[in-house]
This record gives sequence, C-alpha cells and structure tokens, in this order.
Amino acid sequence: MFQIVRKQVLSKGAIIRFDINAPRIAAKVKAGQFVIIRVNETGERIPLTVADKDAFSGTITLIFQVVGKTTALMRSLKEGDSLKDVVGPLGKAAEVENIGTVIMVGGGTGVAILHHVAKAYKEAGNYVIGIIGARDKETMILDDEMAHICDELIITTDDGSFGERGFVTTPLKKYLDERYDIKLAYAIGPIIMMKNVCNLTKKYNLHTMVSLNPVMIDGTGMCGGCRVTVDNRTQFCCVDGPDFNGHLVDFDELEKRNNIYLKDEKDSLLNSIR
Amino acid sequence: MLEDVKYLKFKTYLNTYCPHCRNTFNYERKDEKYIVFKSIYKGEEAELKLSPYLDVFDVESSVEVAENDRLDDLICPKCKKSLIVEEPVCGECGSPVAELIITAFSKLMPFFICLKHGCTWHGLSKADENRVKLKIPRQDMPEQDMKLRVANHGEVPYGYTTELAQLEAGRCLQCKDPKCVKGCPVNVDIPAFISLIRDEKVDDAAKKIKETNMLPAVCGRVCPQESQCEALCILGLRDRPVAIGNLEKFVADYERKMDLVKVPVIKTKLKKKVAVVGSGPAGLTAAADLIQRGYSVTIYEALHEAGGVLVYGIPEFRLPKSIVNFEIDYLKQMGVKIELNCVIGNTITMDELLEHFDAVFIGVGAGLPVFMNIPGETLGNVFSANEYLTRMNLMKAYKFPEYDTPKPKGNKVVVLGGGNVAMDSARTAIRTGSTEVTVVYRRSRQELPARHEEVRHAEEEGVKFMLLTAPVKYIGNDQGILKGLECLRMQLGEPDSSGRRRPIPIEGSNFVINCDVAVVAIGNSSNPILFQTATDIKRNKWGNVEVNPETNQTSKEHVYAGGDIVTGAATVIQAMGAGRVAANAIHKKLSAG
Repeated sequence: MFQIVRKQVLSKGAIIRFDINAPRIAAKVKAGQFVIIRVNETGERIPLTVADKDAFSGTITLIFQVVGKTTALMRSLKEGDSLKDVVGPLGKAAEVENIGTVIMVGGGTGVAILHHVAKAYKEAGNYVIGIIGARDKETMILDDEMAHICDELIITTDDGSFGERGFVTTPLKKYLDERYDIKLAYAIGPIIMMKNVCNLTKKYNLHTMVSLNPVMIDGTGMCGGCRVTVDNRTQFCCVDGPDFNGHLVDFDELEKRNNIYLKDEKDSLLNSIR
Repeated sequence: MLEDVKYLKFKTYLNTYCPHCRNTFNYERKDEKYIVFKSIYKGEEAELKLSPYLDVFDVESSVEVAENDRLDDLICPKCKKSLIVEEPVCGECGSPVAELIITAFSKLMPFFICLKHGCTWHGLSKADENRVKLKIPRQDMPEQDMKLRVANHGEVPYGYTTELAQLEAGRCLQCKDPKCVKGCPVNVDIPAFISLIRDEKVDDAAKKIKETNMLPAVCGRVCPQESQCEALCILGLRDRPVAIGNLEKFVADYERKMDLVKVPVIKTKLKKKVAVVGSGPAGLTAAADLIQRGYSVTIYEALHEAGGVLVYGIPEFRLPKSIVNFEIDYLKQMGVKIELNCVIGNTITMDELLEHFDAVFIGVGAGLPVFMNIPGETLGNVFSANEYLTRMNLMKAYKFPEYDTPKPKGNKVVVLGGGNVAMDSARTAIRTGSTEVTVVYRRSRQELPARHEEVRHAEEEGVKFMLLTAPVKYIGNDQGILKGLECLRMQLGEPDSSGRRRPIPIEGSNFVINCDVAVVAIGNSSNPILFQTATDIKRNKWGNVEVNPETNQTSKEHVYAGGDIVTGAATVIQAMGAGRVAANAIHKKLSAG
C-alpha cells in the first residue's frame, strides 16, 4: 500500500497534490517519467506523470485535476489513506543536458509536469524561460515554484485575472521574435495548447518536445492502448515516450483517441454517485 | 461372472452403447425391475429388457424368439448392424446372444443378452479387455449449454464426474513404451497417473502429476493436448486418443475441491537467493522448483496481480481466476515471496537485482503487441488483443461500471488472427453483448492455429469465421472511430517455409466488413523495458533473448531466461518446461558453489 503523506488542494478542489510514500520509485524517478496508479480493488489503472520527488523522505508528488471517477475518488482520500497500487517509474526520462537557453511552456495541470522538467533543466545549468498559462487565477498552479526555478517567467490567464491576458502562444511568439539563442522548447499541457505551440515553433525551426498523456492500462508496452502516431510511425507512449518531438506528433488523432471514453467516464462517475 | 458383482443398480448404468457404432441406445427405466432398450427386430422397433441386477435371470426377453427364427436381424437402430454375436452363446441354453456395451461400476463392459432367457452376464476375460477398451468411446466433458454460456463468464466444461473419469481412464492401454510422455514438454508420467485414476486413487494421481507439473489445473485447461501428448496416443491411430487433458483437469480439480492439497514442508533451507522476473507460467514453475530445493525465491511482477498471461490474457470462462489464485497461494505458502507493482528494468534494474540475488530467472513473456501496419490502425476502438483481454480479464471491464475500467463497446466486432488469443477475444466479445463477432483469418480452416476445442466452442457460441480473408485498411468515421474494415480475399498457393500453404491475395476482391470494434490478435514481440537497462543480455534480431538451450542461461552470468521472451509467443506448458530447465541449471550452478 502506498500512503498519502500529504494532501494539498491547489485549486478549489479541482486540482490536488498528493505526496505519496513510494521510496523505491522516489529513488529512481527522473523528470518526465510517470507512474500508474490504482486507487482500490475495483479501480482502473491511470497514468500520472510524476510532478516531483523527494528521494530523501521517499515520497513522490502527483498533481491531478479531477476529471473522472478515479480522480474524484482520489480527491475523497485523506492524508494517511493509501493508494492500492503505484507502479513506476515508467517511460523514458527527459534527456536533460546543458544546452544553453530553453523555453518551458505549460498549461493547466501540465504545469505540474513541466515544473519537474524545468527544474531538471535548471539544475543542469540551463537558462530557463517559463511561460505558464491557465484559465484563470484560481486554476493557476505552481506559479511560485516556477518563479523560483525559472530565470524569467511569464504568466498568462484566459480572462486576465492573473498575469497577461490571453494564451501562452502570444508571449512565446514575442520571445521567438526577439531571442535567437533559444535551443529547445518544452510544451506540456492540453493537447490543443501543445499543438498550437508546435505550430508556432515549427515556423522558427525550434526543436520542441511535448509530453503526451494518452489512454493507458499497464504502462509497460503490453497493451498498446497508448499508440500515438509520431513521424507517421506508430509509437507506444509508455515505452517510447511519453516525451516526443512535438513537430512530428499527430495531435488530431491523439485528441480523438483520448475522447473515446468520455461517455464512459461520465457513466462511471454518475454510477458512483448513485 | 464377476465374483464381486452381486447386483448392479440402475444408477450405475450410465450409458449403453452399440458395440459397432458406439451410439447410445435409448433406454427407459421401468421401476426397479428392468431397463428397456429400444432396438430393431424384423424391421420393427423391438424392446430388449435388461435386469438391473446383472446376475439375475428373471427378466423375460421382450423379443419373442421362435425356435427356427434367424436371429441376425436384431439390429442397432442407428448403424443398422446386427447385434447378434456367434460367440459367446448363452451358458444356460446355448442360444444366440446379443451384445451391448454398458457402463457399470465406472467401467465399460460387454453385456451379452440371451435372447431366450432374458439377460445374462459373461464377465470379461483378460484377452477381451483390450478389445473392449478399443470399443469405449472417448468421453467428452459435460459442458454448459451453448445458449446459456454466452450470457455468463462461467467455465464452459463442467469437467468429468468420477464415473466419467474412470471410464476414460479405462481406455488407456498402458503402453510399455508410452509415446504420450514424449509429447509432453515436462514429461508428465501420463500412464501412471491414469492408472491411479482407474484404481480410484485420484489423490495419488494428483501427486504423480505434480512430480513434474506444478500447475495441472491450468495445463488441463489450456494446453494444446491435441498437438502434444494426445497427438502421439496409440489409440489415436484407430480412434480418438485418450482425453489426457480432461483427465489432468479432473485430477487437479478433485484434489483442490476435496481439500487434499498439502503444502510440502521444505526440509533443506539454503542461504542462496534467486529472483524471478515475471509471474507467468515460466516464472511460477521456476519459483516452485527452486523453493522446493531450499532456495529463497522472490518473484517480481509489474502488474498489480500475479499470474501473468494466466490472469490478464486467458479469460475467466477458459481458466477461472480462482484457480490461478489458488496455485499462487500455494506457492506463497511454500515460502515464495511475490513483489507486485515492480517493473524490473525501471523500478529495480537487473544489475541491482544481481547485487542481492545469486541468480535471476527472466520469464517476462512476449509483451509487446504486434500490429499489421495498415492504414487506420490508430483509430478509436481498434485494440490489440492484449489491451482488449487485459481490460476484460485483469481489469474486469465486463463488470463496468462496478469496476471502473470502461468496457470496449461494440455491436459488431471483428477479430484479426486465428490463434487461441483470437478465439479468446472473440468469445469474450460474444459474452459482453456484441451482436456479431467475426474472426478474420488469411489462411484456411486447416491452418487455424487455435486449439480445435476453442474453434468448436467459438463456432457453437455464434462466432463467424471469415477465412482466406486479409485486412488491408481500417475505415473510420469523422470522430476517428472505427466503422469498417476493408479486406481482400485470398487463395492458397504453394507451401511456404512453415509448411503451410501460402495465402495469395486475389486482386480486386476488396470488400468492407461493417464493424465498430476491431481486435488485433496476430501475436506479440518481445518487450524492451527490461533490456533498456540491461544491454549486456544478448538478444536476437527479433528481440528475443538468446540462451543456451541446455541450461537456458543467457549471455550474462547468473542470468537465465525462458518462456515467450526466448521462444516468441508459444504455449503455457512450453514456458513451464523452460522454467524447469532453468531451475535445474540454476540449482546445478549454485550447488556447485
């Protein structure tokens, strides 16, 4: 059993942070890697990218948005409760090197994963520019942590309630127009955001990595449910990813695949309320 | 006359067969006095009355026989052959007798009816014994009705009753040089355990099997006996072979249900430790063999439940999960430690394992599904068989929404491939409310690699087979969800390297099957996870681990491997055989110091 040692509500009950006791994983996990969790005996297996770790106390940090039955169930857990299963670390770690200046673009709960990657790039000695966006001030997470990590940080919200008004692509374009020394972009967030970021950076020939989060069961390559098309080839997100070259990812297909179970999610949630 | 047979009650009559065609006679019970068998005499239906008490002569023959009547026309209603035999004749009056085969006291016996005095009993000479054995038909297991079983996930065969098992065991000729044993990858002493069943020592029969096979309840259900032990059975030359698999299942189930399973006490405890990676059939066998020799054994499993393919792949109706859990509990009671949720290669690397263990056995299976690389494969509702079956079995999606994993929904399901996994997927689809399930296979029926029993069950349950058909393209709707599968008709050409006739596409024969779910069951290749951090383990061009076939040792010192990760997708029992070879080699190596 994997105990929740700390629970923190980051945004009005919709975005929640768990620190989970999993020493074996905490000792190994690197930025970009994920775990698969199962809440209880009847639960489903869902992938969650690790947002942070503390190898010393043996905990990993998971940040999730409540969207379906499993995440709703997780919200109902208290500090001291346990998750039935946590397996990992899975997937390939981000290949972090000192390459100079990198730009980190995150949206929504994607910021949780992004901040782990940004931290790794910062620790490797890079100059890190961060751009993070959210719907409004309330749903913005980890802005303090990002401000601490990044050498420059731009915050945007759709309604302008915090930072600049608009989408992350606006300040990104400005940076790309002004600075020529940016070596790499990382985009982690909703599929539509990653797609727009990639469309933009393509014009500037800027290598862009994205972190994908498709439907997954085992997370070890066995089920093939997490197929994504990258460079016109089928890749398994769990073993070949989750980070891919964003310019080669077929985002439209990914979006469609992720929507297959939307109705089941609702049914499952409704059923649990009844 | 058999001395110990004083009387034979109704209930011991299971069946009465014609000695020629082995069809069962219709019979009725008429109170406690006699049983009436319907036959044909002089072109009309005649009744033969038998006493239920075999040594009593008090029942009149209902066939009225006149002194001069020719008696060669008392015939079987089905095969139309005469039941009248020249020898032996009635011991009382020398009249002609009719012969039937009956089952009594769980044995098949020839039963001779004197047509003048009613019935009589002639016993069985030693010389007659094998002649009679050859006349016993192979006993099929009683099965769930096909209309009922498509609506549940219960196991299809109920298994033998003790009577049926002994009857079937009675068919075994007890060959001096048993060929069946050679057909078994772990060389179970088949004649010995069958003989024990016949002697009503089912408990000992179970122990006999377990000397060489740790998982008889599993193997009795999922082994392809028809291409292994049963393929070599001498009876198979003239008739159908002894149902070795059914008997194995019977023995294992009997032992478990009667609570006769005893956990052996391991006397010698060694200090050396062995790690087993993967809890499928290869890993479980290796673990069982090593723990019995006194090693400390830890199994590492990536999923949240132990059993590997036995729990995520093979469906409940073919292998109830309670049986797998029982076998795993048995191992735990022997002292095997099982660590779930642990991916070797990621959570712990191979080198880290070797710091703590004296030897490692890799039995991770072939866990990377193969797709056909045709357009549209990433459409929604196109599943690998692994995903489809894992959802249904391991995650129990068929119980959605009680269990949280959504069930792949589809009214019209196509399954690509013709192996056991394809049959499992198709039969799972039938049971989860699909209205039409079609198996698409590019060769002909003869080449279907699935077990015959699975194909028969699938057909009975309403699965359609579209043979000599190859998929070329998936067609999706505007939401990116599958709506059809474009296929091409094939014809068979010359045999290829596998000895099977090569399918050749017929140009322009394209057609579309309407479907909303596709399950791709065309095999697995090797999973790379473990080897990403263990690059010093040599693998061949398909990614399978190279081993010394004598010892199953890999190119890395103290690391052994077996099962699908070495051979590519194969059977449960072959994986178990490989686990045993490695366990022996590990023992030899570690005991040598």
